Amino acid sequence: MTYVIEGKKDSWQVVLGLEVHAQISSKSKLFSVASTNWGSDPNTQVELVDCGMPGALPVINEYCVDQAVLTGLSLNAEIKKMSIFDRKNYFYPDLPQGYQISQFEHPIVGRGHINIEIEGKVKKIGITRLHLEQDAGKSLHDQDIKNSYIDLNRSGCALMEIVSEPDLSSPIEAAEYVKKLRSILRYIGSCDGNMEKGNLRADVNVSVKREGEKLGTRCEIKNVNSIKFIQQAIEFEAKRQVDIIENGEKIIQETRLFDPNKCETRSMRSKEESHDYRYFPDPDLPPLIISDEKVISLKEKLPELPDEKKDRFMREFNLSSYDAEVIVNDQGTANFFEKIVKGRDSKVVTNWITGEVFSYLKKINKDIKNSGIAPEKIGSLIDLIVDEKISNRQAKEVFEEYMKSMDDATTFIEKKGLAQLSDQSEIYKIIDKVLSDNPKMVDDYNNGKEKLFGFFIGQVMKISKGKANPKLVNELLVKRLKE
Amino acid sequence: MNDFENLSISSAIEGLANKNFTSLELTEFFIKKIEKNKDLNCFITSTFDKAIEMAKISDQKIKENEARPLEGIPIGMKDLFCTNGVRTTAGSKILENFVPFYESTVSNNLWNSGAIMLGKTNMDEFAMGSANTTSFFGNVKNPLGSKVNKELVPGGSSGGSASAVSSGLCLGSTGSDTGGSIRQPASFCGLVGLKPTYGRCSRFGMIAFASSLDQAGPITKTVEDSALMLQAMVSFDKRDSTSSRQSIPDFSDFKKLSIKGKRIGIPKEYMIDGLNSDIKKIWDSGISWFKSEGAEILEISLPHTKSALPTYYIIAPAEASANLARYDGIRYGFRHNADDLNDLYQKTRGFGFGKEVKRRLMIGTYVLSAGYYDAYYLKALKVRKLISQDFEDSFQKCDLILTPTTPNVAFAIGEKQTNPIEMYLNDVLTVPASLAGLPAISVPSGFNSEKLPIGLQLIGKPFDEISVLAAGAVIEESRGF
Repeated sequence: MTYVIEGKKDSWQVVLGLEVHAQISSKSKLFSVASTNWGSDPNTQVELVDCGMPGALPVINEYCVDQAVLTGLSLNAEIKKMSIFDRKNYFYPDLPQGYQISQFEHPIVGRGHINIEIEGKVKKIGITRLHLEQDAGKSLHDQDIKNSYIDLNRSGCALMEIVSEPDLSSPIEAAEYVKKLRSILRYIGSCDGNMEKGNLRADVNVSVKREGEKLGTRCEIKNVNSIKFIQQAIEFEAKRQVDIIENGEKIIQETRLFDPNKCETRSMRSKEESHDYRYFPDPDLPPLIISDEKVISLKEKLPELPDEKKDRFMREFNLSSYDAEVIVNDQGTANFFEKIVKGRDSKVVTNWITGEVFSYLKKINKDIKNSGIAPEKIGSLIDLIVDEKISNRQAKEVFEEYMKSMDDATTFIEKKGLAQLSDQSEIYKIIDKVLSDNPKMVDDYNNGKEKLFGFFIGQVMKISKGKANPKLVNELLVKRLKE
Repeated sequence: MNDFENLSISSAIEGLANKNFTSLELTEFFIKKIEKNKDLNCFITSTFDKAIEMAKISDQKIKENEARPLEGIPIGMKDLFCTNGVRTTAGSKILENFVPFYESTVSNNLWNSGAIMLGKTNMDEFAMGSANTTSFFGNVKNPLGSKVNKELVPGGSSGGSASAVSSGLCLGSTGSDTGGSIRQPASFCGLVGLKPTYGRCSRFGMIAFASSLDQAGPITKTVEDSALMLQAMVSFDKRDSTSSRQSIPDFSDFKKLSIKGKRIGIPKEYMIDGLNSDIKKIWDSGISWFKSEGAEILEISLPHTKSALPTYYIIAPAEASANLARYDGIRYGFRHNADDLNDLYQKTRGFGFGKEVKRRLMIGTYVLSAGYYDAYYLKALKVRKLISQDFEDSFQKCDLILTPTTPNVAFAIGEKQTNPIEMYLNDVLTVPASLAGLPAISVPSGFNSEKLPIGLQLIGKPFDEISVLAAGAVIEESRGF
């Protein structure tokens, strides 16, 4: 379904392009050996280059180059044999060199694409380029009334800027694009993709147009740091632009900021006020040359990527496209799934993972990989359900407690006395007791009050403390009442 | 007490080895001499206590037969090289009180070779100047001015280094050369100045002016000293991405190298308008010396020579405009009181930088600006390639190129101050080799009618410093003084 904004006069389409800044998961910075550890005391992870000391020189971190190449490969993109680092010049207190080392005309990675899935349909989103650049430090304005402070721990950390083509046409597509990109980055390990920590953030270019029209004037919303905010920012911004055009005014190309509290975008600076960055090749750094051998050896290191994995899961385990997408989104989940699913019903396994396991992970705020949950723990529980040793409902009720316990599923259920009662004579005993205790009800039932059937079931379950196999209870009760 | 004034580094090494004198004696001699000649203004910061401490260690090493190549040799260190715990100013108010907590690779290499630091030598602010008249710490005087009863400039930007060696305040000194800042002052002060191939000396810890051009080198009395100091200064340095991995020869081997049969190119384009007639005469003498040593002389053409100066004065300021952006008063160095951030930037940089630096920063900012980049900076990069190509083509035909170092001899302090272009013209003969990254030496070759020194320049193939030194030695032997 096409995303359309209904204005007062016309219907409008949205055109979106994203610039995603992904911090490379490397131990040290792009041009210095300082640590990138997050959350350390301010200004404790700073080398000469990171604070712009006189005579300091940048030296490229080869690990970061490898990560950019790997990422390029995973985005089906062209790896440039030669790329150039440029200086992007502007003054700001948290930019110690007075310029950011970036790549302007000759980025390390050229054109590529990724696929996203919207309502069961695959859409190909073009990648324009990926380039390497330094992050800036952080200005702290809330520590003191009079003074601002600067933390340079982040200064010089390696960023990949991944620029998409204007192929996205709805907030949900933008969200799916970022999710997919994040999933890929995490698969190959080039970026943690943690938006809360700011190591993945997006600049969103938004423009609107009527169907068949050429691209409209765009506005760039800077530094949006959650998927929800990306969607909200687009929705607000697109509507704002439609209102302006329909009122007979023109969109001014500008940079805007999203305020998540008010859920609106605000003007930051117009094109006229924008910096002239005076890019030029950094004379401290020779051109970056990437050999064919390097590309080949990195290609060999590429893991199975989400799309390939999804196809395989659909094929091998008969998963629906939707389920496969959910399972492969996180590599840890996919591995977890694959360990459990062998010899088990894939639909049941999927439901348990995406249901109980996911909500439990959310509760303990961990991902599956570092949650410490052994796949067999879930697998053996599923086995007991399938074998009707325990009901689905019971399993769900005790799930959290089971996760916290050290016992395997069988032991846990025994200890809790939860094993399902499937012995016919035992169940008959309870049924008979219920019926003989409630003779009037039995009479009413026989006189047509069939709704009372549920009452009998309830009584049996109550007496069995929920252990009686519900299917069997049903069956036997019907038989008894007919007699 | 010995008179060490005219001592060369090589003879000092011999004297120390033969125990004719100690490093402490040498060092104390130069300390006294520096104190007596404060009016020359060669040093921004003196490090006498440190020098004496280093000299004592050197004497111990000599005594124990553990002398390193430059053991006990007192030198001056251009104030562009960061020295751990010793104020490093680059001749600027903006770094007036800056004390680095790290050591430049070049200075570190020298200390590891046993050299002794007497102090940090004066220089044009951020190495921008050709007369040492842009230093925040005042002009440096050329000691040879006394010959003509004038206050002469020592040249620049390594003016303090050249003046100090020339007046016998130290045995040698370091310089840095971006467009001629070693060779021109060496020529003005009657000294040997060598700019190695770009990448020979690490730029780590050397305060940047124009990164693609800056190169450290020695200023000494003799060619032999030049080889000795160069040997200690060079190294491959992984902290400088433009540092060369080219193998490092024993530069003293220049003595074994004969110039016989070598082809010396004489570029006709260096016969510029305004070339001093005395200098032209010395250039001719130089040609005849090489001839009589059995070298082949041939006229060559470097057709883009006349574009070199404008090219240089686009590229160097462009790089400088970014390199000097870090001096913003935020983290270190001079900071002016201010009302807000923009005010802070404006006042700090407005008052912290001198006039010439500000002029070049504005030129550099301009040539990189949107709408001007292609016409200036990009074009300059293209011309730079053509200039390099000129040299490459010529070196198919010849082994070395012989030219004058400067169009004129040392001039009086205060001259050439009205029009910056006039000052920039000082570099017209040194800039092409800088743009091409080639090794080049200036060797004292004669005098003008007033007995002021004239230097000839020898330009060599990339990393062929040995041939450059060997040819320099031919001049030394042939010039007759």
